[in-house]
Amino acid sequence: MILSRNPVTAAMFMILSLVGVASLFVLLEAFFLAVLQVLVYAGAVMVLFLFIIMLMDVGPDSGKGAKLSKKRILSGFIALLGVGLLTVLTLEYSGVATVATDSADHWQDVTEETSAAGANIVFSKSVKSFGYGLFTKYMLPLQVAGFLLLAAMVGVIVLSKKTDDVDAHNKADGPSPGTTNPQSEEA
Amino acid sequence: MDTIGVQDFLIVSVLLFSVGFLGVVLRRNLLLVLMSLELMLNAVNVALVAFSRHSANMDGSLFVFFIMTVAAAEVSVGLALLVALYKKRQSVFSEHLTMLKN
Repeated sequence: MILSRNPVTAAMFMILSLVGVASLFVLLEAFFLAVLQVLVYAGAVMVLFLFIIMLMDVGPDSGKGAKLSKKRILSGFIALLGVGLLTVLTLEYSGVATVATDSADHWQDVTEETSAAGANIVFSKSVKSFGYGLFTKYMLPLQVAGFLLLAAMVGVIVLSKKTDDVDAHNKADGPSPGTTNPQSEEA
Repeated sequence: MDTIGVQDFLIVSVLLFSVGFLGVVLRRNLLLVLMSLELMLNAVNVALVAFSRHSANMDGSLFVFFIMTVAAAEVSVGLALLVALYKKRQSVFSEHLTMLKN
């Protein structure tokens, strides 16, 4: 994906890898997250990316700046060093995690036995326990996430409205945040 | 080995994270940099769900939900910034962004 010069090709490979991640979620029996992955990433985010790519009409990044400079080679080498360190550490310490994976008896469907809000919610494949945990233990982060989405929506609307005309902000400072989708507003 | 353990998912996660990290470092097109950031977040999601399944705890899976929310917000704001930048500079390549230089 990072080796292809054409951005549209890279986006297609990105969709492929996102669907692969969704299949890994299915394999891990996190079905709700798999559905969410396909809907949010492969549906919304990548459509947004492809829309912007085709709107900007950016070509493949070849040309005079395409050859690797010395600084870029150095940074790539340091990145490879970090990646190698990460791989070695994972392979080194993944041996300690091999014990409890085959004991499948503690993976049974327990949804409602943890009633207190601070208790650990047992992993299960049902959407019910997902929503239960989301609305009891993680109520405040859920609200914060919703507010973050609202702030992102208003921010995107302001960003895409302000660049239409340059002197818009000195006569009308407050752009009205409507209820439109930010993804349709960026066009 | 006959079963797929948590370490296999970790290896996939590390590989995805590496591809995303190299993409962030090596690419010059800022759209591809944003896509690589998404790939890194996805790698972390895979690791979180694997550990959540491994330790029979729902918290990791719930955290993945919040990561997806933050990633969607980040992508929308980042793409809006890129569109504004493209209107201003007619370029999305990172070596052309030298407005703060002088």
